[in-house]
Amino acid sequence: MSSPERQGASPDLATVTAMKSGDQSALAELYDRYSSVVYAVALRVLGDTGAAEDVLQEVFLQLWRNPGAFDAARGSLGAWLAVITRNRAIDSLRKRRPETDIEDVIVSVAPDLAGQADRSRAAEKVRGVLGTMPPAQRTALEMAYFEGLSHSEIADKTGEPLGTIKTRIRAGLMLLRKAFQT
Amino acid sequence: MNDHEQFAEDLALYALNALSGEDRANLEKHLATCSVCTLELGQLRGDGALLALSTLGPKPPLRSRQRLLDAVAKEAAASPISRAQNAREMGHPPAAAPRRSWWGALGWAATAAVIVFAASLWKENGALKQSLASANVQAAESTRELEDLRRIAAPIIAPEAQRITLVAVKTPPQPQGKAFYLRNRSNLVFVANNMPSLPPQKAYELWLIPAQGAPIPAGVFRPDAHGSATVVNPPLPAGAEAKAFAITVENESGATTPTMPIVMMGTGE
Repeated sequence: MSSPERQGASPDLATVTAMKSGDQSALAELYDRYSSVVYAVALRVLGDTGAAEDVLQEVFLQLWRNPGAFDAARGSLGAWLAVITRNRAIDSLRKRRPETDIEDVIVSVAPDLAGQADRSRAAEKVRGVLGTMPPAQRTALEMAYFEGLSHSEIADKTGEPLGTIKTRIRAGLMLLRKAFQT
Repeated sequence: MNDHEQFAEDLALYALNALSGEDRANLEKHLATCSVCTLELGQLRGDGALLALSTLGPKPPLRSRQRLLDAVAKEAAASPISRAQNAREMGHPPAAAPRRSWWGALGWAATAAVIVFAASLWKENGALKQSLASANVQAAESTRELEDLRRIAAPIIAPEAQRITLVAVKTPPQPQGKAFYLRNRSNLVFVANNMPSLPPQKAYELWLIPAQGAPIPAGVFRPDAHGSATVVNPPLPAGAEAKAFAITVENESGATTPTMPIVMMGTGE
């Protein structure tokens, strides 16, 4: 199936469907569409270009070997890939075995992340929201997301009470959600 | 969501894998029966995914794309398990078919060493062909050698090859594996026989256990209908010293660290 034929109401769904039948060009298409997202997340977590490249490879190979793990009814492929990548990168950072089966991850997100322009606009919006967050809230959120620390580890590191950390993290995620609902 | 406010903050942490201990256990118990909170969890994971967008900017190296496509093409070419099964199902394998005399003459260990050497020569042959006239002559000679060695190697690593394990009479065949590793070239050939079958979505993973540091993934494989499998030249870090090799059972996509227990292990002979 050629690329133009896959463009439709849901280009990601059509491309993943093509990939399920062993179409390697479909994987290439998804790579071209989302490798920048996957690599950027991995690099942010790992801080090492070689390790980030390894996670990039691993995530797309997983998608190739198990395309059924992504269910379009569960959310957008871009968001799903971002979550999978972040989880794998954290596992690599903390030298632990993968804690979540990729089939178990359900991700619902409002913005369409398939297009480069849409992603750039969304990225700008996210940076804007993070910029307006109180520093302590942003720090807690980033420690949890990009360093894979648990709430008790964050509390230990920052000297803040556990309850405060929990509240900050939830409030931070709600701020992000609200920014994309308006 | 009013009925579930008590879990609201824990859900947010759980969505980021930042919840631990008793709180995590309690929430997971709740999620098992609560579709409302499960839905909210999906939303929260999406909110977390938005955080990932703040990282956008750096692009992956150009080579990454080709590396991925090469790996996929190699997998697609090397894992025709259904083709191998069809080949076997065409007839009953003989109980003890006579082998070619040169096979028996070489012996297991010597033949495997030749295979690993052949694999390393295959790599070098491509580079030699592009060099000066003297190098081309050398490459031509190497090609002849490689062809000879490929004929020797094919019965070991070709998926459609028959594999027969000889054991002492009245002894049932046991699972066994042989790893042939050439450290200075990072070449590895692994052959397994009589491996028990696995449940769906599970696979065996081979690990190189270095003298220092964490176990290194060395290939994921599923045995065919007869319990046989091979792993040929998986990507390995250059010059890794192998103290041992081990096998664990993982999800079919493999793992970055081994899941206990170890099901097979062996050290150098």
